[in-house]
Amino acid sequence: MLVFTLKKLGLALLVALAVSMLSFALLYLSGDPAAAIAGETASDSDIEAIRIFYGFDRPLLVQYGEWLFNAVRGDFGQSYYFQLPVGQLIADRLSVTMILGVCGITFALLTAVPLGVAAAVRPNSLIDRVALFISVMGQAMPSFWFGLVLIVIFSIQFQILPPSGSESWRHFVMPTIVLGYYAMPGIMRLTRAGMLDVLSADYIRTARAKGASEMRVMFKHALRNAIIPVVSLAAVQMGFMLGGSIVVESIFALHGAGYLAWESIGRNDLPTVQALILIFSLFYIVFTFLSDLLNAWLDPRMRVG
Amino acid sequence: MDNILSVRGLKVDIPLAAGTLHAVRGIDFDLARGETLCIVGESGSGKSLTSLALMDLLPKRAQRTADVMDFAGIDLQKASNRQMRKLRGDRISMIFQEPMTSLNPSYTIGDQLTEALLLHRNVGKAKARERAIELLEKVGITAAASRLGQYPHQLSGGLRQRVMIAMALMGEPDLIIADEPTTALDVTIQAQILRLLVDLQREMNMAMILITHDLGIVARVADKVAIMYAGEVVESGLSRDVFINPQHPYTRGLLRCIPVPGRTRPGEHLGSIPGIVPSLIGESVGCAFRGRCDVPNDACGGDIPQRFDKTGHFYRCVHNNAQPEVRP
Repeated sequence: MLVFTLKKLGLALLVALAVSMLSFALLYLSGDPAAAIAGETASDSDIEAIRIFYGFDRPLLVQYGEWLFNAVRGDFGQSYYFQLPVGQLIADRLSVTMILGVCGITFALLTAVPLGVAAAVRPNSLIDRVALFISVMGQAMPSFWFGLVLIVIFSIQFQILPPSGSESWRHFVMPTIVLGYYAMPGIMRLTRAGMLDVLSADYIRTARAKGASEMRVMFKHALRNAIIPVVSLAAVQMGFMLGGSIVVESIFALHGAGYLAWESIGRNDLPTVQALILIFSLFYIVFTFLSDLLNAWLDPRMRVG
Repeated sequence: MDNILSVRGLKVDIPLAAGTLHAVRGIDFDLARGETLCIVGESGSGKSLTSLALMDLLPKRAQRTADVMDFAGIDLQKASNRQMRKLRGDRISMIFQEPMTSLNPSYTIGDQLTEALLLHRNVGKAKARERAIELLEKVGITAAASRLGQYPHQLSGGLRQRVMIAMALMGEPDLIIADEPTTALDVTIQAQILRLLVDLQREMNMAMILITHDLGIVARVADKVAIMYAGEVVESGLSRDVFINPQHPYTRGLLRCIPVPGRTRPGEHLGSIPGIVPSLIGESVGCAFRGRCDVPNDACGGDIPQRFDKTGHFYRCVHNNAQPEVRP
């Protein structure tokens, strides 16, 4: 298990390094950064001055080395737009996004897994059909529309939840539901398919032959084996939620990191965009790593390094 | 001898779109403590469903009915789910055909061995572990204590089947049902596992139902034999009676399929029974075997007499081999 963990960790670090190169390259892939900062009306000498001021005239490798060295210490440079350290800017926004992401995936898992299990236990029953209906709805409804519907019902009609902001837990209820509902159908369908598969396995019959109760058969013997692909999916969904919750953050005016990324792209604020891309990618890498570890704990056959 | 298990008129029906599949069509047997009953038949003869019916582990769609199904004074038909759960894994255990897939890949051998004991008996984990080690040693597994921490994928098929046997014996059951326990194993391992199973059964004085299609196994271990064909028992009785004096044409056909060392000459054709098992969907009249029988006649399409002799040797055939017809 230790060898396995170290191998996966090494792999994760390599991927992170590759991602850091890509997000650094972004600076140049989007055109001359000095010209972008200087603006359209700047003269050639102004651009040259900016190039030297920001150090864009130095060799790429040196720039990358310096950027990476600083990034590892949490220093992503100055935001062109806010004239604030990017690290500080992101740290403020990230807490909102993290709360939303964690709540969203928790909501999704807590609804999807029990529903998926229930649907698998009685395929084609009423509960299976209801679960299918709910998941098709979730898949088909765009988040922005669902968000607006919730606002109309709970903020305008009944006035029990605030429509925007991030001051109290009540501000997070609707965004959590919208974000979680988006991730739920995939998790539910995968849980159902996995459970159906596992429930016909010989070792489930063995468990029954030992006199295990249905609950024990379902949750101890079946779910542990059925949940493995769900863990991988949930990790990816979680990464997506932390990076791509732009739509939900805009609807509910939650000023999170996703919203910041969207704004910064519009403002050509490259250091901020770079840093956000790196951080979002690191989230994916960390969650994939954690899901690999969790799966290895669940299924001993995966522990081979 | 007191019977620990009595079954009369056991039927298993599976409703399908094309009609009802009568997989088991009213079979009878008795079994006493320390006895081994071998149920023999080819694929689809209903022998596995018979064993699952006893455990109440049939697939959901299948329906079970019986006139009598009595285990140690408990009416298995009236037993609640809760009562059945208490019997399973404790007083009745089962060994399955597929050792490769019958163990849960996610739990250690130790967890799986002790599970039934912890569920049914008021014992602590340490006691259960001790018992598990004791049984692993009994089924001939070396370094038993260290095996408890291993996972199924780390063991060979033969070892896994030994683990399955140990698991079934954890609670010293009164009845053990082994459904083709050696079919999935290498031939060299088959004999060992079988020997082991029979020795332990004798030692613990359990009743055993051994389901197999291998008459070679039957000859070695059975006290009683029931030959199943198309959901019916076509012949049954004490093992020696059935082997020495087979009455039903199907039984004789099966026995001709076995090469006997010394008697089967090189180059001589082994017997075979041409044809396939008839469809079990819908009601059937007459003998189910008549399409493949080597001595059929017109009476085979009508009611088939059931014949008994004094020793309990039973068969179902229109041909009277000097035994009177008895209609129970």
